[in-house]
Amino acid sequence: MRFIDEYRDKELVLKLSEEIRRSSTIPIALMEVCGGHTMSIQRFGLPSLLPGTIRLLSGPGCPVCVSSRRYLDQAIAYSRLPDVIISTYGDLIRVPGSTSTLDREKAHGADIRIVYSVMDSLEIARQNPGRKVVFLGIGFETTAPASAAAIISASRQDLYNFHLFSSHKVMPPAMAALIDEGVKIDGYIAPGHVSTITGVSIYRDIAEKYHLGCVITGFEPVDLMEAILMLVRQIEAHDQKVEIQYRRAVRPEGNIKAREMLDEVFEPRDDWWRGLGILPASGLGIREKYSAFDAEKMLSVEVEPTREDKGCICGEILKGLKNPRECKLFAGACTPQNPAGPCMVSNEGACAAFYRYNRYV
Amino acid sequence: MIKNDKVLLGHGSGGKLSHDLISDLFVKYFDNQYLNKQTDSAILDLADSHISFTTDSFVVDPVFFPGGDIGKLAVCGTVNDLAVSGATPMFLSAGFIIEEGFPFKDLESIVRSMADEAKKAGVVIVTGDTKVVNRGKCDKIFINTAGIGMIKMHHTHIGEGRSIKPGDKIIINGSIGDHGMAVLSARQELNIQSDIQSDCASLNGLIHNILDVSDGVKFMRDATRGGLATVLSELAEKKNFGITLEESNILVMPKVRAFCELLGFDPLYIANEGKVVIVADCDSAATILQVMQNHELGKNAGIIGEIVEEYPGKAWVNTAIGGKRILDMLAGEQLPRIC
Repeated sequence: MRFIDEYRDKELVLKLSEEIRRSSTIPIALMEVCGGHTMSIQRFGLPSLLPGTIRLLSGPGCPVCVSSRRYLDQAIAYSRLPDVIISTYGDLIRVPGSTSTLDREKAHGADIRIVYSVMDSLEIARQNPGRKVVFLGIGFETTAPASAAAIISASRQDLYNFHLFSSHKVMPPAMAALIDEGVKIDGYIAPGHVSTITGVSIYRDIAEKYHLGCVITGFEPVDLMEAILMLVRQIEAHDQKVEIQYRRAVRPEGNIKAREMLDEVFEPRDDWWRGLGILPASGLGIREKYSAFDAEKMLSVEVEPTREDKGCICGEILKGLKNPRECKLFAGACTPQNPAGPCMVSNEGACAAFYRYNRYV
Repeated sequence: MIKNDKVLLGHGSGGKLSHDLISDLFVKYFDNQYLNKQTDSAILDLADSHISFTTDSFVVDPVFFPGGDIGKLAVCGTVNDLAVSGATPMFLSAGFIIEEGFPFKDLESIVRSMADEAKKAGVVIVTGDTKVVNRGKCDKIFINTAGIGMIKMHHTHIGEGRSIKPGDKIIINGSIGDHGMAVLSARQELNIQSDIQSDCASLNGLIHNILDVSDGVKFMRDATRGGLATVLSELAEKKNFGITLEESNILVMPKVRAFCELLGFDPLYIANEGKVVIVADCDSAATILQVMQNHELGKNAGIIGEIVEEYPGKAWVNTAIGGKRILDMLAGEQLPRIC
């Protein structure tokens, strides 16, 4: 397959692996902050191709994982309203709330529909004029522009029964907060798709203020191995900076049009991250101008008191302080079939990736 | 942690939830020596002959999909469950649950394709039942088929894989993921144009040819829901051997691969309806492969892995790029209602 096979070339991957082995003398920890990277690294078995000097950590890159349990509880409360249709990406459907999950609510009769694009939710709203469609807007700079576009489109078409329940977040505050909290890492494998929107400027502080390397990379094995090699070379030469490995997709200035749309619909607000707590200006709230499409403003529900599972260390895993195997619930009380924490349920979660691909290593 | 008090869609996925449902509920209550072996069809030990017996229900959505329909699937599925147990499929039953208002012309074309496929597979549909339920109480049409076949004494070990040992080869008769992605592409809500065809086919002819020339078959299973990954991780579970799989030897059609990439699916977990996974004695593998490649349904057959001593109880993949990772059963549903 074009545009994929060339980045899954075994010889090239093994050559990069050899080159990394040769270049790496200082023991380092590199963190990826994108769930897509977490999944690729595990799916292709990349850790088995790296020398003992390199440790890969999974950071807060899975949007489902960093969102609060209260968000889920509120979504569940919306789903129990008689005239509401919940539309959502499939990832959220099995994430545990305090006492229920969306798929349990579905089995009890709630109208919950899995969509592949927020635009499908607009179609559902058009077809059900007498009902309210609540889209669960989750994700970083990658999915937020699509949510913004949906609101702009709903506004143009007077689709006032479409509502977004935003949990959208932006990545840079979390990347800085991790370092401020003293998490020991030597470089970031920076997210590819987020960067196509934001461009490189958001990482400048990481390199200049914190002296950490930052390589923006794609999702194929060759991309990831090359990015790791670039980081190793930066660190060995004490020349930490922002570099783009993913040149075929990321332009230094990013996607200006998408950012304009984001800015039109959303405004920064303080937001809660699992493991990191409240980070200033890290979330995206819907501007007053579009409040008719804001589920939080338009639908009132009573949300049950939040209950967290005891013993779940998703917070520390998201900060890279612990790995999933250090959790006493991992693979016993917490499995993808019966997840205790969000990192186990999302396809992009560190625990799910470890469980599926790497449980016995 | 919350325990389920209702049946979830994931309980029908063929993955871990289904596995647990079978073990914890059906096997628990129905408990008998035939069922407890949990093979694809029961081998009934009658006075001087061995009979193979199985049943399966079909709820695929949509009922017509590229490469087949629910009727063809209902025949192939049960024929294949018998055939992979080492039996010669002979008699089928057919039970229909039909939604009020379902068009007769669709029903007729479904029944016709059942008859066609039965003829092709050399089986007879000897008994049946029909129920119609109120509009909205089932989705269009559901079909259950049960099947009986005869099995030779020296093939009764195949369903359980009792004689598997390190060094045995793992063979499959062609590409994976075609059925699941064909059905998914036919669903309107995705709005994707593709001409992926389901691999839905009766495998008893191919299997007959193999068993006719070789006694080296140690185990067979059709890789339906949960895909190749689930068959192999189930096979290794609680055994004193491990399995390694060579990802680069596994054929995935370019269109299927592209569709999987688009939706983030792993083809190893996608359902097939015309693929048999065979564990063959090392010395017989070449002969078996040759027989398979001479059959229409085995032209693309290949050796994709091996039984090993390392990591007992686990299935591993050597990834196409030279890495190594574990194969696990599917958790919950990846794609609902694909068969």
